[in-house]
Amino acid sequence: MSKIHVTTTVNGDTVEFLADPRETLLDCLRDKLGLTGSKEGCGTGDCGACSVTVDGVLVSSCLVLGVEAQGKSVTTIEGMDKDGELHPLQRHFVEKAALQCGFCTPGFLVAAKALLDKNPDPTETEVRYWLAGNLCRCTGYDKIVRAVMDAAAEMRG
Amino acid sequence: MPKDEIKQTFRLVGTRPDRPDGLDKVTGRARYGADFSAPGMLWASVVRSPHAHARIKKIDASKALALEGVKAVVTRADFPEVPAGEYWDLQENTIAGERALYDGHAVAAVAATSQLIAHDAARLIEVEYEILPHVTDVDEAFKMDAPVIREGAADYSVPEGSPPNVVKVLDFGRGDVEAGFASADLVKEGHYTTEATHQGYIEPHACVGQLGSDGKGEMWVCTQGHWYIRRMCAGVLGIEAANLRVTASEIGGGFGGKTTIFMEPLSLALSRKSGGRPVKLVMSRAEVLRATGPTASASMDVKIGMTKDGKLTAATAVFRMQGGAFTGSPVDAALNCAFACYELPAVHHLGYDILANRPKAAAYRAPGAPMAAFAVENLLDEMWGELGLDPLDARMMNAAKEGTKSSYGPTFKRIGFEETLEAAKAHKNLSVKLGPNQGRGVAAGFWFNYNGDTSVSLAVAEDGTAQVSVGTPDIGGSRASIALMVAETLGIEYEDVRVSVVETGALGVNEPTHGSRATFATGKAAVEAAESAIKDMCRRAAKKWGIDEDAVEWVDGAARPAGPNAGKFPPLSIVEIAAKMSSTGGPIAGHYEGNPPGVGESFGTHVVDVEVDPETGRTEILRYLVVQDAGRAIHPSYVEGQYQGGAVQGIGWALNEEYVYGADGRLQNPVFLDYRIPVASDLPMIDTVIVEVPNPGHPYGVRGVGETGITPPLPAVANAIAAATGIRMHSLPISPSKLLAAMNAKRKG
Ligand code: FES
Ligand code: FES
Repeated sequence: MSKIHVTTTVNGDTVEFLADPRETLLDCLRDKLGLTGSKEGCGTGDCGACSVTVDGVLVSSCLVLGVEAQGKSVTTIEGMDKDGELHPLQRHFVEKAALQCGFCTPGFLVAAKALLDKNPDPTETEVRYWLAGNLCRCTGYDKIVRAVMDAAAEMRG
Repeated sequence: MPKDEIKQTFRLVGTRPDRPDGLDKVTGRARYGADFSAPGMLWASVVRSPHAHARIKKIDASKALALEGVKAVVTRADFPEVPAGEYWDLQENTIAGERALYDGHAVAAVAATSQLIAHDAARLIEVEYEILPHVTDVDEAFKMDAPVIREGAADYSVPEGSPPNVVKVLDFGRGDVEAGFASADLVKEGHYTTEATHQGYIEPHACVGQLGSDGKGEMWVCTQGHWYIRRMCAGVLGIEAANLRVTASEIGGGFGGKTTIFMEPLSLALSRKSGGRPVKLVMSRAEVLRATGPTASASMDVKIGMTKDGKLTAATAVFRMQGGAFTGSPVDAALNCAFACYELPAVHHLGYDILANRPKAAAYRAPGAPMAAFAVENLLDEMWGELGLDPLDARMMNAAKEGTKSSYGPTFKRIGFEETLEAAKAHKNLSVKLGPNQGRGVAAGFWFNYNGDTSVSLAVAEDGTAQVSVGTPDIGGSRASIALMVAETLGIEYEDVRVSVVETGALGVNEPTHGSRATFATGKAAVEAAESAIKDMCRRAAKKWGIDEDAVEWVDGAARPAGPNAGKFPPLSIVEIAAKMSSTGGPIAGHYEGNPPGVGESFGTHVVDVEVDPETGRTEILRYLVVQDAGRAIHPSYVEGQYQGGAVQGIGWALNEEYVYGADGRLQNPVFLDYRIPVASDLPMIDTVIVEVPNPGHPYGVRGVGETGITPPLPAVANAIAAATGIRMHSLPISPSKLLAAMNAKRKG
């Protein structure tokens, strides 16, 4: 099958790659662009480890085709800190021990940021339902939810 | 040993600094199993049996090999013959021989220049099967006329005339159980079942393997123990262990499931067959669920006797567990843990390890203990409830303590079960009044904890900082806790200690991070290594001062003369000693190799409040309390994290998770959508109380915290549901449909 040339923006940089029409955006990010921060936990849209935003919309990148990124703007975990300065969510995740193995962490951070961008003052229930598409097997979610709430409070000032 | 014989306050131990790998893990930089690539790398894909049990008549790879980009195909024929035993089992599970033994059993593997080509090629490999009768249910597999998984697999413990799939029988106990039951006022029996669940780590298995025709190779892999990977791959492939260098990647969860091999030898065999090119192999989620270690399913009978005051007089357990198509269900540990929380004058255990057409069971957090607890704590709760006793008081009356001869043999040294019951009783959750359809459940749990082969090395750098090389992969913050203990011991700052998980070529053999051993065993080994470096530094100071080395002591990061008689010299700090290392004897290092003694058992008590929806049968967790004895919490945040994570895995096991096999023997739910683990919206915050009854066998009192927490949730949730509904559920999971059916039956009378 012949490959398709894709030009897109990832974390503010213009990038190009050749994608087989069957390859997911997650495959392209990880294997063609070397952005391995987004993880594959399921490949079926059930775990959220591959969460990225495309034109500001939170998506599971395992359910998006690489060729669909043409002309779009993609943000991944690698684009979350600004010139080495961590986003408050990232800082609170480390400080509050909101990760154990850390494999789910990139997806949680990207998803949580999408929540706070929309709703800077979520209730615990809103956080829990927003993050219900992100699976974590290690933490029982307690410290993750607390870290998100604390980061939100700090960002509200 | 009284508590105060171990120091209680520390400069660093017990604080909560940021973990050293935190920055990498919140920025996406941390490299996990599938994040590694090598020059010239190929991608692999595995062909798996769609049948539960089938004879493999023919494998035709010609079409796959004709596909452009395909470099090699391997089948069992590419593996050497190995004698019966562990390596034969591992090889047979890695790739089927004459028969496929379960749905998902690997049959062939292919390597190609891209992942897509590899997957396409796998579909072109034609396998001809002759379907054989199969059995997946544990009680069916226990029957005399069940389809036989493997002739001759039973060991010496199995009596003549046993059902053909029984491969091991355990039979042990002490005291006169019949007399114990005769002296009881209340005797009850119950039958309980639990379905298999998966560890459910979010990171699928992944590796990159390289093996040359000279027999030398390398592997990058996500694992709990890379020395096990080395030894097992070498055994399966017939190569020398020392010729395989294995590096552990960051690991995305394991819970016991990454303590063995599954597809790793396939990548090495494919590499060897394609001229030594590195081969990357990443499992899909469906492959993880179909072909990697779930836990066993269990069918259990328990009988307990007690006086009218609730004091236990005798107990027996008969457990049947299938651990897939190979010997190795955790029935042994299940029996040993079953009654470990209690003082029992008489106890008897009988267990059967049974083969079935399911994937080879792997360890899962306190292997066997949760199932045993489900049965035993369920029946105890029912009986104490019948006698009108408070569940915490009744447990206290029977609690194992220092000096108790445990149900499984050894006499307990200082343990903290009673302290967990006291702390649970004092917790605010216990005074919350419950509403209609709500119920409170209590249960206790136990895990042995473990030591195991451990090798650690520590080196002081020229500036007085310290590097520690360990061999136990860090799954939940162990680098932080080891750095805290080493910094405390050396008298330097936490930030001045860097702990690295190093490859197999860098240390002696290390067992995996399993059995709750890393903070205990690797931690103790690291402290011993630090002590030997301190000894060397004291020796150098003594030499400089011209005094006896016994006259030097190490205090707050510096060598000092010990007492006025030793002489008057200003302290020599680690920084000063390190700066002069080259002229005072060369590198300063310390190391430890051994199997550190002094393991301390861990007990926990959980209290859960639930509400059951009478319309749907859905159980909601309202509140959850974990109380557990950590011995000492080195980094309390990660101890709490272990408690919370264990509790939630147990909640999933109790309410949702199960392997569902169809009549055709195929796994019906190999995706996270259908194999539903708890999500954030299912749960409240998980309250924790860390009890610290220091383990006298560890320099800082550590017991180990990983496993115990998954044990009580299964019965605690069931007991809470019984309190809410009046219905005692004897089989897990307590799914809404199952509970609703039971409630409807009760309503109909
Ligand atoms: S990998 Fe995309 S949702 Fe799981
Ligand atoms: S921290 Fe391991 S899966 Fe979330």
